[in-house]
Amino acid sequence: MATIQETIENIKDDLDFFDDELDKYEYIIDLGKKLPEIAESSKIEQNLVQGCTSQVWLVTNIQDEKLFVTGTSDAIIVKGLVYIILSIFNEKTLQEIREFDINILKQLGLTEIITPNRQSGVQGMIQKIMEVSENG
Amino acid sequence: MSYKKFFPYFKQNDLVYLDNGATTQKPQSVIDAELEYYTNYCANTHRSNFGDANRATIHYEDARKYLQKFINAKESCEIIFTKGVTESINFIASSFAKKFKMVIISSLEHHSNIVPFHMQGRTLGDGLEVVGYKDNFAFDYEEYENILQKNPNSFVSITHISNAFGTINNIKKICELAHKYDSYVMIDGAQSLAHKHIDVQDIGCDFFTVSGHKSFAPTGVGAVYIRQELLDEVEPYQTGGATIRSVTYNETTLLKSPYKFEAGTQNIAGVIGFKRALEFIDEIGYDAIEKQEYRLYEYLHNELKKIEEVEFYNTTKDSISNKSFNIKGVLHDDVGILLDKQKIAIRVGHHCTMPIMEKLQIKGTIRVSLAFYNDFDDIDKFIKALKKAIRMLKD
Repeated sequence: MATIQETIENIKDDLDFFDDELDKYEYIIDLGKKLPEIAESSKIEQNLVQGCTSQVWLVTNIQDEKLFVTGTSDAIIVKGLVYIILSIFNEKTLQEIREFDINILKQLGLTEIITPNRQSGVQGMIQKIMEVSENG
Repeated sequence: MSYKKFFPYFKQNDLVYLDNGATTQKPQSVIDAELEYYTNYCANTHRSNFGDANRATIHYEDARKYLQKFINAKESCEIIFTKGVTESINFIASSFAKKFKMVIISSLEHHSNIVPFHMQGRTLGDGLEVVGYKDNFAFDYEEYENILQKNPNSFVSITHISNAFGTINNIKKICELAHKYDSYVMIDGAQSLAHKHIDVQDIGCDFFTVSGHKSFAPTGVGAVYIRQELLDEVEPYQTGGATIRSVTYNETTLLKSPYKFEAGTQNIAGVIGFKRALEFIDEIGYDAIEKQEYRLYEYLHNELKKIEEVEFYNTTKDSISNKSFNIKGVLHDDVGILLDKQKIAIRVGHHCTMPIMEKLQIKGTIRVSLAFYNDFDDIDKFIKALKKAIRMLKD
């Protein structure tokens, strides 16, 4: 399985393919449409990541020192971003996630991921993944 | 006439800026005034007596006098500088309104005019009442008077212009009714100064809060007007340097207003910049500002109306500057992201007005917030980008 770093590089290659910013977001919308739905019963307060507007639900499980994570959002672009984040962290070892430098995500060049907006659900999602791995 | 030429921000980029309710751009003259203080006479005010310190104090106090005349306060001691409307409201809430059994607000308040009262342990029906609205978010004066009748001698804190929907409340009428029932009124004027001429004596309010940064001035500066007769009754919110006449280990004797309310070193450059912003508004004139904004506001509403997916919450009647809407079948967040990618700066979300969003059973809106320096071209570009976003999201 690819490492976190390798996965990020692959995603970056895919995103860099688009010269036009809107084309890139069209692609992210498509990723959002591809994201498997989580069970309605999982869309509970406990799994909700605090954000300003769009809601993000994240379901995490730890097995054999690995993080298993699914999630979704009510906003389609955020859903695409959830797809990207999940592909980076799902099934990775807790050790690898703990050692991961969160700043590397900046390489993706997605403002919704790197903006230090205290209201951002995407930021909250990454934060939660890091916390779960830290405490796991 | 293009007003953008006065604002260096628009020379730097081709972005369409429609988030003026959050903050406005600053004219060159305001930036120059701040720069001049920092480069030519940077010294503390009201303390030292050397040349630049005196010069800074004179400029600072000139700003107070200018704001006094600008909003037609009787005396300059009625003007207290703060870091903005949020601080102004927190100040009055904790040093004056706390004494009242009942606080009355409206459904359209910003969190800044709700949370300070929750912090005092007030909840709906227990120390806090909320006046509802009628069609088109019109303030419900009947309900308001009923609440006042049941709760005379209350503290009323009401917004002038809704930051989310642009609704203009008749604050003069709100004050008249409050005074009929021996109540006091604070007006949240965060959205006022950039759009409408304010005359506190004509309005008849007891407190009026103003924002600098939403009115072309630097960030971190605002003010609160306190009616002269209340100045002795209002206690300082913070104390410290430059607020005292004398201090012993036993006691402190405070100065008179405004000094007793302005503890510690103030935002001197901001206050000086604020004065320049007010001069700038005077140079343009409220007549020209209001005329331009109403034309733009109507045009925006009519162009949005042509898009069948647009859902409005109010008309343009009795409202200004801020226009909130949603797109059927699409979440406002997604629209916000795609507009940003097309260099359109607007705000999506609950706009710090969660209770009214809950009442409307929505999570938030897309808000366009105009200033007089916007033009028809801005609106055309926004509409084009919005249509593109809707196409992408609905495909």
